[in-house]
Amino acid sequence: MSEQALNFMPSEGFRARAKDVVENPFLRQSFRGAMDFLINKRITQFPDPEELESLRTLGEQIRQYNLGKLPSLLVQLEENLTRNGIKVDWAETPDEANAIILGICNAHSAKLMVKGKSMVSEEIELNHACEAAGIDAMESDMGEYIVQLAGEKPSHIIMPAIHKTKQEIAELFAAKVPGIDYTDNVDELIQIGRKVLREKFLVADIGLSGVNFAVAETGTLCLVENEGNGRLSTTAPPVHIAITGIEKIVEKLDHVPPLLSLLTRSATGQNISTYFNMISGPRKPGEKDGPTEVHLVLLDNGRSQAYADEQLRKTLQCIRCGACMNHCPVYTRIGGHAYGTTYPGPIGKIISPHMLGLEATATMATASSLCGACGEVCPVKIPIPELLMRLREESFSAPHANPAMRGQGAGYSALVSAIWRGWAAVYRSPSLYRMVTWLGSRFGGLMPSNQGPWTSVRVPLKPAPKRLRDMLKERR
Amino acid sequence: MSARDRILAKLNAAPVLPKAAPDIAAWYQTHRGTENTTEKAARFRGCIEFAHAEVHAVSPTSWLQKLSEVLADKQIGKLLVAPDTDQGARAIAGLGGIECRGYDSRIEEWKEEMFHDIPASLTAARCAIAETGTLVLWPDEHEPRLMSLVPPVHIVLLAAATIHNTFYEAMQSEGWANGLPTNALLISGPSKTADIQVTLAYGAHGPKELIVLLMGEAA
Repeated sequence: MSEQALNFMPSEGFRARAKDVVENPFLRQSFRGAMDFLINKRITQFPDPEELESLRTLGEQIRQYNLGKLPSLLVQLEENLTRNGIKVDWAETPDEANAIILGICNAHSAKLMVKGKSMVSEEIELNHACEAAGIDAMESDMGEYIVQLAGEKPSHIIMPAIHKTKQEIAELFAAKVPGIDYTDNVDELIQIGRKVLREKFLVADIGLSGVNFAVAETGTLCLVENEGNGRLSTTAPPVHIAITGIEKIVEKLDHVPPLLSLLTRSATGQNISTYFNMISGPRKPGEKDGPTEVHLVLLDNGRSQAYADEQLRKTLQCIRCGACMNHCPVYTRIGGHAYGTTYPGPIGKIISPHMLGLEATATMATASSLCGACGEVCPVKIPIPELLMRLREESFSAPHANPAMRGQGAGYSALVSAIWRGWAAVYRSPSLYRMVTWLGSRFGGLMPSNQGPWTSVRVPLKPAPKRLRDMLKERR
Repeated sequence: MSARDRILAKLNAAPVLPKAAPDIAAWYQTHRGTENTTEKAARFRGCIEFAHAEVHAVSPTSWLQKLSEVLADKQIGKLLVAPDTDQGARAIAGLGGIECRGYDSRIEEWKEEMFHDIPASLTAARCAIAETGTLVLWPDEHEPRLMSLVPPVHIVLLAAATIHNTFYEAMQSEGWANGLPTNALLISGPSKTADIQVTLAYGAHGPKELIVLLMGEAA
């Protein structure tokens, strides 16, 4: 595991990173434009509010039903995948997952891995682990390829390179791809990527992918994509390794159509993606192509912590469509990198604390106006605003025994808590309230001119010389 | 204790109340209609054309002629076919002036040619989905997976009578849960991406063009 991942402290530097983006009109315009585009595309896919609402309810039921049986479904999935010839490994931590994947690579003396889009592989920092082991891990999704070429991370879970303009990508290609002259024609840029990556698909030793849905009853791994790189990564190389979080499981094959419809319509406003790839085994005897070996790595990484609590478990209903980001006024202004976590935006704020602990993510849940847009658009009805409130409580309450979350109380400050207790006492007692407001109206001039973050962009707060109750008394 | 046992132990320790099974059949019953073959073909065609696929109405006797015209039109002289399938055999026998390359050996023996020297391929579709304009392919030993993926132009023969209303109906009426192939595929257009500044571009990594020969549709 790389040091960079071990030192991951998203809460540190969040304000500074957010400020950088907010002060950059080009970046803000990029995000605003892209999010408006995705919001409008989604609206056109859901013309009937009743259909949308009933489908969201069905999606929620499917996810909650399957989470309700999660441990037995995982065992059933493992049995059926194994029967189909797919090898299953389990990992509690990112380190374990990387070790399993590198072990498979080493067994095949692999030099080159091509990767379909996988956020879980970002979550475990697989590219760093491969680099350290001397394996070339190459992203093949166009957005991921661009981001990797630039030495950056995805800024959106569905559109990884959304923060870049075509001119920036043109300069990047001209500088980094051998024999390429500057062009900012999008079709030409895509064809450059296609050409470079085709040669990689041809010779890669390992193909790596994520999983959108794992079907327990049939032992099937389902992948959603538009480009064809997911299919190439899972079909062309001799070995395919899939990695997924333990929550992305459904019991029945017929659970898939409603979830697929919700996913593509919510994510990119498509009635369906170009490809829906259902993998139920390696190449059979007699078949002429497809990988001869298929592996699945099941990753926990904090998900079992969320699972243990009735309310927090709803976090795991997520199908990773990204609609909550697209509709989030905070995400739209600061973009994905400011969060400093693999998963940005509202879903990032509620899932990351389980992966990284509240010590590293204590303030994440406060980067929200609680406007509720994320909860309203969520295709599986995750009550994101309620979960944000819960995480604030977990972060800032005094540390106590048997906490529901790792790092509970990490944001606790005795002084801040005392101030709020005082505030509550004043508002509970009419006589105390009268006294304090009287003092305020008499000694308002003593208020400091520096009032911390408030005065950084505003004039100082100063109580009025006359209280409302005094003015009303005078009018009688 | 293995990672598996530790994860399962943690999950099993959680106080979880079982939830009622979702009634998926009821949702489709109330929210999706059923159409006749002509209507389904029209809906299928509208959707897949919207996704930039090219559709030609053909009959069981005319499709080969149309295929020949399409290839001539696009100046394609070489076609990858599956020799052990009905459509592959007919293409080999009936496509004059076109080099029909049969997918007759394991990919390891000719991967280089597949990636660099196959301009187009012909496969059949098992069935299709009207609601989303989606082709269903079940690759097997005769018609392998890469045929519908690597060649820049993919031509698909589809019988209009096999079009279902929805994805749900397709898997239910054909009993998919009782046995899936190693790789079942839904294909709803040529490969595409909007990863650069949300500008749509076709021909990302898969076929740049998808051509459907829709057999039996009223012309």
